[in-house]
Amino acid sequence: MTIAALETEGLTKRYGRRTALSDTTMTIPAGRVVGLVGPNGAGKTTLLHLAVGLLEPTSGSISVLGDRPGSGPEALARVGFLAQESPLYSRLRIDDHLRAGAWLNPRWDADFANARIAELGLDPRQRAGTLSGGQRSQLALTMAVAKRPDLLLLDEPVAALDPLARREFLQTLMEVVAAQSVSIVLSSHLISDLERVCDYLVVLVGGRVALSGDVDEILATHHLLSGPQRDPSSLPASQTVLEASHIGKQSTLLIRTTDPILDPSWTVTPVTLDDIVLAYMKRARDGVPNAPRGLAVAS
Amino acid sequence: MIEFHLDPSSGVATYLQLVQQVRQALRLGLLEPGDRLPTAQQVVTSLAINPNTVLKAYRDLEREGLVRAKPGLGTFVVGRLPRTDPQEQSRFRRSMTEWLRKARAAGLSPDEIEAIYRTAARDALAEEDIA
Repeated sequence: MTIAALETEGLTKRYGRRTALSDTTMTIPAGRVVGLVGPNGAGKTTLLHLAVGLLEPTSGSISVLGDRPGSGPEALARVGFLAQESPLYSRLRIDDHLRAGAWLNPRWDADFANARIAELGLDPRQRAGTLSGGQRSQLALTMAVAKRPDLLLLDEPVAALDPLARREFLQTLMEVVAAQSVSIVLSSHLISDLERVCDYLVVLVGGRVALSGDVDEILATHHLLSGPQRDPSSLPASQTVLEASHIGKQSTLLIRTTDPILDPSWTVTPVTLDDIVLAYMKRARDGVPNAPRGLAVAS
Repeated sequence: MIEFHLDPSSGVATYLQLVQQVRQALRLGLLEPGDRLPTAQQVVTSLAINPNTVLKAYRDLEREGLVRAKPGLGTFVVGRLPRTDPQEQSRFRRSMTEWLRKARAAGLSPDEIEAIYRTAARDALAEEDIA
């Protein structure tokens, strides 16, 4: 098996009294497009900053592509990072940015960078400060990709973009995935932003992992059951109830199971990723430990 | 060539949606052996989805013997799916329409009709699975 893109073991980060990440253990496989999702303050940015070596863990460990983050020039060259709000030098021109990129990055791909700027229809002599939000994000992405990293980390890359620029940004990113072998981790507080593009998901809530796994598997194992009212604890042991509501004589349950649902009294419908993620976020916020069965829920 | 579309509110995994659309196109005769499927790059450009998802869908179709990837050329349709006679299809559609009119006349709401259909379909398909 190949080395994980990112691996943490009991990773904890505290800022003074506030705990941003709490005893987090996770493995993110390489070669995937990973969505890192969670509400504001969940620890997404902290995790990404730890992964590039901008922060040091309070306790526990983190490794990126098998190395300690920021442990040397080689480790730095293999990881690309696009911070929130696509930081650029607003007084510098586009070609200045590309020159700086070439100067600072040993693996810099100038052909890619120039072709990309031409494709975007940008004038290389334009100053970064005069670009639109969508253009800024595209320039920042071009810089991060031209660095030719093995792992590209993007912190809320589309949060500030309008829907069209958002779509174009993700499209560019996916074209990069199609053309190069690069692992990607991108964060967002909205799963709907990432649903189309990510094939692996990590949901962070309150500094802990609430859900992580392969997106197709997550979709295939969660179902919405509706039918005559019944006690969730009477379900087969293989079915984990995540959410239950009882209205009148009707029960609606969100369950996780890898087995087929045989009980004919249920109407089974698929659940969107959005609804699944929200259910896990709610549970984590309410302090429900992950995945107990027969969860008691007030009606 | 087939053009894919996505229903984000379906709760169906994206790769499965692609697989289902190819299967449906084969059933309706919109795709035939020899036709080329769009490249992963083309699908990425039109839908802004992950290329791994497209490749996963194509691998699934290849395992079923419906398509074959030819390196450097693309992915081509090689199999067929049983296609019922169009006349047969319209005969069933007519009797279904007739049934729906009767159900409405008897005072059933669209929701009730859908619930009946879902339950009946599930029962009928479950019988098939067991047999």
